[in-house]
Formats: sequence, structure tokens, C-alpha cells
Amino acid sequence: MSDPKTIDLKATFEESGIKEVLDQLDRELVGLAPVKRRIREIAALLLVDKLRVEHGLGSETPTLHMSFTGNPGTGKTTVGMKMADILYRLGYIRSNHMVTVTRDDLVGQYIGHTAPKTKEALKKAMGGVLFIDEAYYLYRPENERDYGQEAIEILLQVMENRRDDLVVILAGYADRMNRFFASNPGFRSRIAHHVDFPDYTPDELRSIAELMLKEQNYRFSPEAAQAFKAYVEARMGQPHFANARSVRNALDRARLRQATRLFETTDRTLTVEDLQTIEAPEILASRVFSGGIEAERVEPSK
Amino acid sequence: MRLTQGTFSFLPDLTDEQIEAQVRYCLKNDWAVNLEHTDDPHPRNTYWDMWGTPMFDLKDPAGIMYELAECRKVFGDRYIRMTAFDASHGWESVRLSFIVNRPAEEPGFALERTETAGRQQVYTTRSYAARQPEGKRYG
Repeated sequence: MSDPKTIDLKATFEESGIKEVLDQLDRELVGLAPVKRRIREIAALLLVDKLRVEHGLGSETPTLHMSFTGNPGTGKTTVGMKMADILYRLGYIRSNHMVTVTRDDLVGQYIGHTAPKTKEALKKAMGGVLFIDEAYYLYRPENERDYGQEAIEILLQVMENRRDDLVVILAGYADRMNRFFASNPGFRSRIAHHVDFPDYTPDELRSIAELMLKEQNYRFSPEAAQAFKAYVEARMGQPHFANARSVRNALDRARLRQATRLFETTDRTLTVEDLQTIEAPEILASRVFSGGIEAERVEPSK
Repeated sequence: MRLTQGTFSFLPDLTDEQIEAQVRYCLKNDWAVNLEHTDDPHPRNTYWDMWGTPMFDLKDPAGIMYELAECRKVFGDRYIRMTAFDASHGWESVRLSFIVNRPAEEPGFALERTETAGRQQVYTTRSYAARQPEGKRYG
């Protein structure tokens, strides 16, 4: 009350340049409204925290470790990179690089192999963000001599002691993550922000497809757009559905079929238009329409 | 006698902040920064023991400063130097090397003169510290 000094939150916000990142997030990522809202909240909190520190109202580095839960292909890695950008612009990390690791990068194969491996990954991520994909694989309760536990211990220690140097983001399926946290309470208490990624709706998946095609200078013919709508709806009901990643794979296969069709077109000369357009048959040839995904090659789950 | 060698041999010992600044410079140039240690101070002793593995692909000095702290915990009574290796084609060698840790007491060197045939003199530099076996030389 006694301090008449005013604080221009708006100006600080503009200065930090996170508005740009948030706008980019809005532009480039279709849907994901709850995630975007959550990211905005976190950004606001961090900005206010930073101001508080500047005005002597607090000095502790806040815990920044996060967990991203959601089904495959819902944009966890992409949002992770944006998060690195936001944290960097707010000055919580020294560079906006993100190192993505999985169990294989952290856990060794024999005694004494795990600690150096984990430390090396941590060192590479220092100053930035360490993104641990499918973090629950670190913990294998069925094997009590599993080296994952060693990696977990090192991680916990670094997450606690070197908060200035490193932000850890754990990512994976929601239910398995919950089980992982339940059996490793140390992680839960060290993670400040839990962000849940919802599945995409069919409409969102279609806009994602159009965005992906546009990036590669392709487009659907009107009939193909219709066919793709049917495709998405059929594909969502089938197993191994991986949201945006399934869409990407479907488009890749459609491009393959388009190229084959162009090769077989011998009755006329091709135009630039032809090279750009994906026609309905290329979508309809998918095995999703005939017998389902089980008949198809299993997609590599990343 | 204070041992000097490497890039900043004419300067006083660097503080940790200054070391970190040097590391940042090295990383900016895409050099891999490594730590080496020894307890044989002889100037002709070029091959020091390496601390851990070479640290390629690091983006931030924090990882290297962490390893330096670890190395000091174990070999705080020895000489530790930091080397920056440039892997780019045509260089493929160490670009920067400087001492980051030294023993509390450095007894220095003795110059031995040996007379050989024809009254010729042969000189040998011998470190006082190296009279002890390896591992027991300082402190």
C-alpha cells in the first residue's frame, strides 16, 4: 500500500516476446484449447513471478518441471518445444534447446552403465529443456533389478538440486503416467504443472491434414476432401489410432498413390495442377475402408 | 613454484565465473570441452588422464562446470586442465587449453647437471613432487 510504484504488466508482457510465441502456438496448432489455456496460465504465472523477483517479493526459482499427458500424436513434443521458447524468453532457461530422450537414452544395459548415460543426457539438456518421452518405461516394477530405478534417482536429484540449469518435461499416456506417479511419489511432488492433451475431433484432424498438405504444396480435390472426411471417421474407430501422426501417415500414403497414378497417366500431358492435387481414389484405396487397420501394416509407434 | 601452461598462462588463475565464460565461448564455436588431470607436473608430460568421456554436443556450460566440480571433489589435489577440441575438418585438434585447478603446494623443480664425456653438461628438470609415487605426490 505504501509503495506508490506502479507496475506495467502489459509492457513487461510485450517486452518479453512471449506474446509472439503464444500467437504462434495459436496459429500453428489446431484445436488443443485446454492446452493453450494452460500454457497461457503458466506463462502468466511465470511472468508475474519474474516481476515479483524483480521487486524483491520472492527469490526462489519456481519449480518448472512439467508433465504432458495425452494419447500419441496430440502434439506433446511440439508444445514442449514451444514451452522451451516461452521459458527462454522469460529468462528461466539460458537457451531454447530441447533434448528429447526415451528410456533407451537414459538406462544402461549393465551395472555402472546407467549413471554415466543419464548424466550425459542431463548434461546435454542443461541450460534448456529435457523432454522424456514415455517416461513411465523408466520404472519397471516387475523387475526389481531393473536399472531404470537408478536413472530415476539421478533424475530426481538433478530436478531438485539444479532447478536453475534444467527443466524436465515428462510425457506419455495419461493412465500409465498416473500409475508411474503413484509408484514414484518423488516425481509427482517435484512437478509443478500437469498439462493434459485431449484427443482431436474429426474436424480438427481435417484442418490438420489441410495444413500439412498446404505446407507441402499439395491439396485435396473436392471429392478427395469428402473421402478424407470419411477416412478420418473410419480410422478413428480402429485400433492404433495416433491422432495427427495417423493423419500424416495417411497423407504420405496418399502421396505415394498419387505419384503412381501420375506415372500411369499416359493419355495426356500432365500439368502443375496434376502434381498438386490428391484425388479421391487415392484416399479411398486405403485399407481403412476395406477390413480395417488390422489388415494394414502396423504403424511404428514412436 | 607456480606451474603455468596453456592459453592463459600469464594470467592469475581464473575464477569459476571466468572459466564458465571461457566454456561458453568454446561451446559457441562448437568445440568439445574436456577435462584432464595429472599429478606429474613435468612440462614434457603432455598426456594427462582424462576425466570421464569427451563431452560432445553440449549446449550450456552448466554440464561442464558440474563435471569440473565433480573432478575437483576427487582430484582436488592435482592439476586439472580444460581442453577445447575442435572437430571441424582441417583442425581436428585442441584449440584451447588452460589450467583450472592446482595443488595447494607446488614444490617446483630441481635442475640436475650431469657431466658427460668431454666435460659436456646434460641438464635434467626433475619435479620434487614426482619423487613420490603416483597418487601420493601432493598432500
